[in-house]
Amino acid sequence: MAGTASETLSVSIWRGGAAGRFVAYQVPRRESQTVLDVVTFVQRRLDASLSYRFACRVGMCGSCAMTVNGKPRWTCRTHVSKVAKDGRLEIAPLRNLPVVKDLSVDMRTFFDKWTEAGGAFAPTATRADGFATIPPTDAKRRNADGGIECIGCGVCYSACDVVAWNPKYLGPAALNRAWTLVNDARDGAGAGRLLKVAGDAGCHACHSHEACREHCPKHLNPTAAIASLKRAVAVAALKGSL
Amino acid sequence: MSAARVETWLWLAQRGSAAVLAVAVAVHLAGIIFAVQGGLTAAEIAGRVGGSTAWAAFYGVFVVAATVHAPIGIRTVLSEMTALPPFSVNAVAALFAAMLLVSGFIAVAAVYQLGAA
Repeated sequence: MAGTASETLSVSIWRGGAAGRFVAYQVPRRESQTVLDVVTFVQRRLDASLSYRFACRVGMCGSCAMTVNGKPRWTCRTHVSKVAKDGRLEIAPLRNLPVVKDLSVDMRTFFDKWTEAGGAFAPTATRADGFATIPPTDAKRRNADGGIECIGCGVCYSACDVVAWNPKYLGPAALNRAWTLVNDARDGAGAGRLLKVAGDAGCHACHSHEACREHCPKHLNPTAAIASLKRAVAVAALKGSL
Repeated sequence: MSAARVETWLWLAQRGSAAVLAVAVAVHLAGIIFAVQGGLTAAEIAGRVGGSTAWAAFYGVFVVAATVHAPIGIRTVLSEMTALPPFSVNAVAALFAAMLLVSGFIAVAAVYQLGAA
């Protein structure tokens, strides 16, 4: 039964850079154990040279995403009991991002694409202006609500086959962010942002495989956001404002 | 034209042609099912669509829709799955479009002329 000290997990962890290899470890099974707990045990008890990234441990910061038994997941909120029913875990760095060392990947490309997609808020008011009043029932507010809880973990980016095929593709997270801003009544980027998301590596490159929606730990639907961006861009083109 | 405008208009063209193809393919399949009820013969096909301006117009629209739709998809597949540079990808897609258009209209004309024979 899970939680007894005699039970152990067989854990394979990626070590090294892009040309590294999996190394096997035996880790005691504990009750309510998360995948991040397993990685932390290895680093603190078995091999202090193991590199990985985490911060909040409660599913807020988005820094601990890794590939667990072949699927990208947030490790701090992934229970071992959910993903390692046979007592085996294979933990690798996120796909589609350069490996720095072991389980740490270089996230710069991921966040640079947020900037490329017009992910920065473009204010239209000054501090002298009053607060914008946006009812919770407002349709555009609801659209923004659908994507605004993104924690930037990179799981969707790692799950996306289009990113694997076209490394320039902006990816689900950046486009989802852009869609929330398109729906922000206070934002003034307008057609400029639509031009940024509609390039040859933008929203039209999405094949609607929905791997991002399937794997998003926050249960967001970037595929729907990207489809909405396609429609918004098409309407702007037909109106001649793109 | 910027890349964003090109991609957007290609997307619109592919979606618009898909809508036309959805109807055209349904009519085409229904025609096949109807045609084989009494056995499939060249004489039956020639008698039904040969010399028919309406059928020639229908298949003409079909050919144009396919010419618009398929090369845009080929362009995407080539750019994602091959190392071809953008110019070559566009050239292959354009040649494929020309091949579809020419061979399609040759077929439409040939079937139309069956009625005159």
